[in-house]
Amino acid sequence: MSLSPVEGVALAEIESDPDASTPAAKGVVGRSPGQLAWLRLRRDRTAVVSGVLLVFFLLLGLAAPLIEMVYGIGPREQFQNLLDGFGMPLGYAGGVTGEHWFGLEPGLGRDIFIRLIYGLRTSLFIAFAAALITATIGVVLGALAGYLGGWLDAVINWITDLTLAMPFLIIALALTPTITLRFYGERGQVSSAFGVGVLIAVFAIFGWTSTARLVRGQVIALREREFVEAARASGAGLGHMLFRQLLPNIWAPILVSFSLAVPQFITSEAALSFIGVGLSDETPSFGRMIYRSLDFLQTDPAYVFFPGIMIFALVFAFNLFGDALRDALDPKSSR
Amino acid sequence: MARFLLKRLFSATLTLFAVSVLTFLMFFALPRDPVSSICSKNCNPERLERVRDDLGLNDPLISQYAGYMKGIVTGRDLGSAQGGRCDAPCLGWSYVTNEAVSDTIARVLPVTLSIVIPAAILWLLLGVGLGMVSALRRGTWLDRLAIGFSLTGASLQLYFVGAVLLLVFVYNLRLLPVPSYTSIFDNPAKWASGLVLAWVALAFLFSAIYARLSRAQMLETLSEDFVRTARAKGLAKPKVYGRHALRAAITPVVTIAGLDVGGALGGTVITETTFGIQGLGRTAVDAVRSGDLPTIMATVLIAAVFVVLANVLVDLLYATIDPRVRLR
Amino acid sequence: MTDEPLLRVRGLSKHFPVRQGLRATGLVRAVDGLDFDVRPGETLGLVGESGCGKTTTGRMLVRLLEPTSGSIEFDGRDITHAGRRELRPLRQELQIIFQDPYASLNPRHTVGRIVAMPLQVNGIKPPGGIKARVQELLELVGLNPEHYNRYPHEFSGGQRQRIGIARALALRPKLIVADEPVSALDVSIQAQVVNLLRDLQRELGLAFVFIAHDLAVVRHFCQRVAVMYLGRIVEIGDRADIYERPQHPYTRALLSAIPDVTQLGPAGRIRLTGDVPTPLDPPSGCRFRTRCWKAQDICATEEPALVPRDGGRQATACHFPEGEAVSTSPEPAGAGLVADAAVVAAEPAGRGVQANVEEVSS
Repeated sequence: MSLSPVEGVALAEIESDPDASTPAAKGVVGRSPGQLAWLRLRRDRTAVVSGVLLVFFLLLGLAAPLIEMVYGIGPREQFQNLLDGFGMPLGYAGGVTGEHWFGLEPGLGRDIFIRLIYGLRTSLFIAFAAALITATIGVVLGALAGYLGGWLDAVINWITDLTLAMPFLIIALALTPTITLRFYGERGQVSSAFGVGVLIAVFAIFGWTSTARLVRGQVIALREREFVEAARASGAGLGHMLFRQLLPNIWAPILVSFSLAVPQFITSEAALSFIGVGLSDETPSFGRMIYRSLDFLQTDPAYVFFPGIMIFALVFAFNLFGDALRDALDPKSSR
Repeated sequence: MARFLLKRLFSATLTLFAVSVLTFLMFFALPRDPVSSICSKNCNPERLERVRDDLGLNDPLISQYAGYMKGIVTGRDLGSAQGGRCDAPCLGWSYVTNEAVSDTIARVLPVTLSIVIPAAILWLLLGVGLGMVSALRRGTWLDRLAIGFSLTGASLQLYFVGAVLLLVFVYNLRLLPVPSYTSIFDNPAKWASGLVLAWVALAFLFSAIYARLSRAQMLETLSEDFVRTARAKGLAKPKVYGRHALRAAITPVVTIAGLDVGGALGGTVITETTFGIQGLGRTAVDAVRSGDLPTIMATVLIAAVFVVLANVLVDLLYATIDPRVRLR
Repeated sequence: MTDEPLLRVRGLSKHFPVRQGLRATGLVRAVDGLDFDVRPGETLGLVGESGCGKTTTGRMLVRLLEPTSGSIEFDGRDITHAGRRELRPLRQELQIIFQDPYASLNPRHTVGRIVAMPLQVNGIKPPGGIKARVQELLELVGLNPEHYNRYPHEFSGGQRQRIGIARALALRPKLIVADEPVSALDVSIQAQVVNLLRDLQRELGLAFVFIAHDLAVVRHFCQRVAVMYLGRIVEIGDRADIYERPQHPYTRALLSAIPDVTQLGPAGRIRLTGDVPTPLDPPSGCRFRTRCWKAQDICATEEPALVPRDGGRQATACHFPEGEAVSTSPEPAGAGLVADAAVVAAEPAGRGVQANVEEVSS
């Protein structure tokens, strides 16, 4: 049984694992290292709590349109009538009422709660997509570099160094409009899906190097192991070597780096939106909200507070879970 | 040692060269025509064309690039419209700000240095100290507090922390002035009070990461044989921890620290934006927004220089701290 | 037993360049010109101290390492530089068993998957299905076929080595290179595994290249023995000849180091002095001369060829081979040393007994 990142994420959501929990497991069927790690993870209170929190966030993001229906307010609806003459929401704490749970945005008067829900959806989608793509690129290139060595290794290494030397935010800042222009021309109306796609692409270009480094190191450590040679002596091809023999042994660190990459991409997406690239104001996003909110720091602090806390909780849950996952997968490491 | 240094410097130069080429190409594909932003109002096609010629934008890309690189190494003559003779590290002339790019850099670089260096000292002391203490007092309330702190800090966003700090210390308590930059040589007190929030915000977030890292490293080192041997042969605890364990545990921390500081020196975009301070990062962002190619090139190159130099420095430091590392 | 060899090795060498920076600063001659044959169903023992190139040789035979020069012929075909595709059919007839039973099994695969790997890689669908074949193999090596779904970490070292053997047998090979298959195991387990190998060898008519540093195990298992020193074969011959009439001084020294409970004391022990010279810069002429008590001037200038003696079954690379038959166990002290009186006179026999304890096992 190989444990792919997708299955790993899925694992976190599945309540019970038939192989590991039934008494029959004691019999002939052995427990794979993956199952053992899963057992350890389930016994870890932090892991369970943060895992449940993550699932909750995921469900919130997935169910955003549903929540919109129940809540009755859309992310682009404006409530100018609830703002005062200066564009400030009426009432306490930024206009928090039974109708608008987290209040209203100053200026446009959009509902903060539903925008946060949609922002969560956007952030999670971008982060997961970027993490998946970067993990795939990183795993393939890192494994190739580590296993084959030689000039390929040298080239990939050098590209990694190069990527690290480029100031990500500045390059992303410049690249995003460039890519958009290439597709849309000077004055085209950019769809929000396209903006999301460009962001993911930019993350993919810059984000794969750390996974590649990690995988390369692991593969080099495994390359000379005898079970790898045994497969080679049986005439196994490159694909079998990489995906059947080597990768099953390094899912653990890949999984951990994946789970820690997701919050990083959430942060980066917010940071990019914060310096004013990436998503248009149409698309609800955490970074965008915080960036706008800073102008109202003195007049409407609640506007800063809600997105700030939300993004903190999300990243916090991911970090906690990533840590717990690391412990479960590598019980020797000290936390 | 000398050979190692030469080799590293060679590969560093190669990397920088590639960065410059890539940046050059990338920013020439920028959507905004650099000329149109220069004369927005009274522009006729002839004048636009003249400016293009002045900027050398009509030359082939390669000769533009060659001219730019030549300017950095030997300096070059930019013509009267761009301030005439431009001396050795010539980074070009910005039509947007109407000054030599090297002057812009000379103005904003000290700002970024003033933000990053004190913050780095603060976060290293705080982070490594906290990590060490919590590793040595493993399992106590102190340890738990440190873990909580580091997990919280690692999950916080700089702009959020910055916003809260601003709100509390500047707008509500009015203890500090609105962040701004004053040269340390003009007025050290004003320098410090203007930047202290940025230091604290940066240090808070980074020290969280360092506390985590150094705690894990220290715990791993403490369980190693040589530390137990040192204890068993009767060395006093402080001596063992200070001399033997710390040295081994700190090596990875040094690597990360070098890269982080190098990266931060290249521009603390978010910090500068949050606190409204015009440093290298903000300058770069502004340059990208206005399509100011010479400034973009300069900021990106400087950022890359810092990262690459930090890499080399880390390698050298490694060898001094960890004698097992041989330089080849 | 036919006379046509299954495996024919000629002038096989492996040199590893030593790099410092970009320049090659030296050459480790790990294996330097080996000649030997293995006939179908024959077991050849390859013995020598650690670092003498045994393992490198084994890896070259199954083409895990690319030979620097020389040739390997298997079943009449030259496989020295064959590509992966050309090797494919041969891989099935040429398998390897590894030394470390902990490193040689993929910890993330079940036993079933491990043993089935060679079948799957080569796209072989045995009659009755892969699972049936794997269980048959597990049974063959003395494991419970129901352990099909277990993971390697649930087995002991000896059991793991049996899994490795089952994997090597999966393709019904003609020749198995066994790279110190028992040296990582407890002594009590060693015998079981060696006996298993011997039974399999007899039952399936397998040929073996059995790499070991333990002469007792080799004597138990191998019909022919080749003794290696610093990348070369110094003596090769039938088991009885090697063990009872060793002609090379090095072989004698190795044999005398076998612990023998029937004979206590330092009586027949020949202690070699000094370290094994570095393969970076092997001694001129005879490579063993720096530690040989018989060394003469000629040994430094002329490299002795591996010449057959006594009708061709036993070959020795030595200028001053031992002539007389000796037996390793009940033998008067120092008998071997005085065998060739003229030579021994040149070097005081006592020198062999002095100083450094030489370790034969790794």
